[in-house]
Amino acid sequence: MDTIPILQLDDFLLISIQVEMHDRLALQLQDELTERVVKTKAKGVLIDISSVETVDSFMGRMLGNIALMTQLLGAETVVAGIRPAVAITIVELGLSLPNVRTALNVNSGMAMLRQLAGTSVGGNGHERQPE
Amino acid sequence: MSVSQSETAQIQDSEDIVRLRQRVRDVMKNEGFSLVDQTKMVTAASELARNTLIYGGGGTVILDILKSQVGRVGLRLFFEDHGPGIADIDQALKDGFTTGVGLGLGLGGSKRLVNEFVIDSGPDAGTRITITRWR
Repeated sequence: MDTIPILQLDDFLLISIQVEMHDRLALQLQDELTERVVKTKAKGVLIDISSVETVDSFMGRMLGNIALMTQLLGAETVVAGIRPAVAITIVELGLSLPNVRTALNVNSGMAMLRQLAGTSVGGNGHERQPE
Repeated sequence: MSVSQSETAQIQDSEDIVRLRQRVRDVMKNEGFSLVDQTKMVTAASELARNTLIYGGGGTVILDILKSQVGRVGLRLFFEDHGPGIADIDQALKDGFTTGVGLGLGLGGSKRLVNEFVIDSGPDAGTRITITRWR
């Protein structure tokens, strides 16, 4: 069965979606990611979807859910690399991603996360109590 | 207008949705549809296949490649399930309307992504939806 690797880089978690997302995989990613945010005390999550050819309402909802869940756990989520054809389709579908920050590519996504972490209240950003 | 190629697929689990997306993408690539056209139709197919699975309890999809008399090429998808059907189609087409777990974008959103959209349903009558995208 497919899994999506979650990589850690400093205070951030990185995911690159390289496989066709079926619904069960999307839900599994949601669960694993929130657990990893807590375990690693990550300040941010970057989701690279530059290889993703289709974002339907289910996938959009998953991205929105992940952003909201990680926010509740003290980490920001940035979605990077939305393809132009996917962006056009998302808008016509009527999908809005209110909680989701986006960046053109992984580089600017990481820069955005570093900036968000650097400006968070308390300086080092570790406001949460350990488990 | 004639059908130059036709095939049927089952929609019984979420992997079937992925397979349908890939099949629609491949067929449209072969027929020379633009990347944006491909993406819109694949996304609409994904939404409707999920509706068939979740609300219809599974069903079938027929994929037809169309050739019009003036040489236009189209892709038509016909989704059919024998589920509970839709009581109020106008309401179901409105963005944000859902009876289930979704965002309520499936029907209205799919309609905006294709050139032709026909829906036939009623209480206890199952649901049949045809979408067509022309090149």
